[in-house]
Amino acid sequence: MSAEYIISQLINGLRLGSVYAIVAVGYSIVYGILRLINFAHGDIMTIGVYIMLLFMTSTGMPLWSVIVVSVLVSVIVGVLIERFAYRPLRSAGEEATLISSLAVSTLLQNLLQMIFSPQKKAFYLPDFFTQQHQFGIVKLSTMNILTFAAVIIMVIALTLVVQKTKIGTAMRACSENLDASRLMGIKPNQVIVFAFAVGSGLAALAGLMLAGEYKTIDPLMGFVPGLKAFCAAVVGGIGSLYGAVAGGLVIGVAEMLFAGLMPTSVTAYRDAFVFVVLIVVLLFWPNGIFGRSEGRRS
Amino acid sequence: MNTLRLRDCGLFRLVALVIVPIIIVVVACNQGTYYSAIVSTFAINVLLAASLNLVNGFSGMFSMGHAAFMAVGAYISAFLTLTPTQKENMMPDLPQWLTNLQMPLLPALIFCGIAAAIVALIIGVPVLRFKGHYLSVATLGLIVIVRAVLDNSDGFTNGPRGVTGLPALATPPVIFLVLIISLFVMFRIIRSQYGRGLIAMRDDDVAAQSLGINLVSKKISIFCISAFFAGVAGALWGHVQTVISGQFFYFTMSFKVVQISIIGGMASLSGAAIGALFMTFVPELLAPLESGFTIFGVTLPSLYGISNIIMAVFLILVIIFRRQGLLGSSELLLESWFSKETYTSLFKKSEYKKLLGALKPKPRKAKSKK
Repeated sequence: MSAEYIISQLINGLRLGSVYAIVAVGYSIVYGILRLINFAHGDIMTIGVYIMLLFMTSTGMPLWSVIVVSVLVSVIVGVLIERFAYRPLRSAGEEATLISSLAVSTLLQNLLQMIFSPQKKAFYLPDFFTQQHQFGIVKLSTMNILTFAAVIIMVIALTLVVQKTKIGTAMRACSENLDASRLMGIKPNQVIVFAFAVGSGLAALAGLMLAGEYKTIDPLMGFVPGLKAFCAAVVGGIGSLYGAVAGGLVIGVAEMLFAGLMPTSVTAYRDAFVFVVLIVVLLFWPNGIFGRSEGRRS
Repeated sequence: MNTLRLRDCGLFRLVALVIVPIIIVVVACNQGTYYSAIVSTFAINVLLAASLNLVNGFSGMFSMGHAAFMAVGAYISAFLTLTPTQKENMMPDLPQWLTNLQMPLLPALIFCGIAAAIVALIIGVPVLRFKGHYLSVATLGLIVIVRAVLDNSDGFTNGPRGVTGLPALATPPVIFLVLIISLFVMFRIIRSQYGRGLIAMRDDDVAAQSLGINLVSKKISIFCISAFFAGVAGALWGHVQTVISGQFFYFTMSFKVVQISIIGGMASLSGAAIGALFMTFVPELLAPLESGFTIFGVTLPSLYGISNIIMAVFLILVIIFRRQGLLGSSELLLESWFSKETYTSLFKKSEYKKLLGALKPKPRKAKSKK
């Protein structure tokens, strides 16, 4: 096992981790405000990918505009889901919204199967993205560089939004205490819609990265990565932006190293491994690695 | 005052609630394999949802990992009921004594349940420390873990190809026998001191603890009991389908059980039956939509997955407008099924008189109100 191999696994892990991080941020923003696990989040990712495929194959639009359209559609879907499936349940318990999100997830999966058929479809990005670049011992594809750049830009942009803008302040207030912030004149629904929009848009971007890597897409592709991203958000400490990013990177790297360095008889357990990591982390750090103590998780 | 209502008569209950359903089931089972298959699926769904309700509805946790326990039950039943030659072909790594062991379905079911309960115990000790969402995600993780184990231990489970050729031992009479016994046991558990403790824990865990209820042992034990019945149901399911593999016991299966349990009402065992009734028969009615059909001369295209979409929308509507499920926390039927009076009424003269009295028209009803 050469150093080169380990480094390439590490980079793969960071790339996968970046995808998880981007999805996890979406989970984390919504969870921070609503205490809602949006199971449909992973499926919004799938929707974004399918919209991209649809526009790429049917129209000759340039890639950047396809991405913009797909992000917009995902944002609309995310906001609509919030309006019709979650807002009526605002006053209900945690379980009600959880079940509702589960139903939405089933709904979206089956809708995609109905429209695009359940078969796997090929998904190719232009050659430009798969080009390899050599930096000394490290080999990176354009997609890798773009993925890392996307995570960094996302973190900086979200930090600025959360810290400097009015809506960001409102978001922080809402995740601190929804009722009190309502008394302070914040309209929670606006904040929540904003959170869903940001999360869904990011999910569509993450979907592009995931599909570009797997080369095939199917209507159920988003669910398990979505769950893993939720694990990442929990491991990092849910409700915290940096926690979600860190958790995503930790889970991604751990999963890739597990798959790459362990003997082949064990590597097939990589999906299971992520959940074992989740359970172990929660047992020792009930609030995640970066989370604040809240005394409600275990 | 003391007007006799028909539903208070033991004899009426015996006829309407026990004998009539039995006749319906028996007739349905003799209508051919299609109907008997639906009726079997229905009964298994009832068992699954009812056992899930023990955890989700009565003890205030929210588990979604039922498919994992089903898988354990189904595979253990395959170990116990396949012939030695089949096992040598598909599971070469089994120890010799297990390869040679072959037993009838009913005793095998008990071992399946016990195996599922043991898995629940192992996983429950760490996982049940979580609350709310965290427990749900951890139990989803359990499904992923069990699936990974099933797909990757080729020597025991035949890997992702699954196990084929299970004997079709689970005929409707067997399934209903198991269902009735299980419902009886669960009903007794819920109505026991232990069950009231569970409900107290669900309603307020701090108050329950202060009354001397041991939350940890309650949570773990009810999780194991629920897993026991899920394992039994999984074994039955395997013997109805005759083919099992890891992919059947995945999220779709688990969500379906959760959906049944929510629609029927989580805090009610008979709610499981109502939910299963819905979730088994409505998709069957919607099946023509899936393959495309002609209505008023217009041929609709085949809509793959439409019944799942409709059921998902229905679930969202139920959760928005009737959060407690169709039955809420009330029990239907079971009370009369499992009370002695229903059955002894056949031999009591007074019950016949009561029935006649209840059947008589009551002209003085308006008067009695005054």
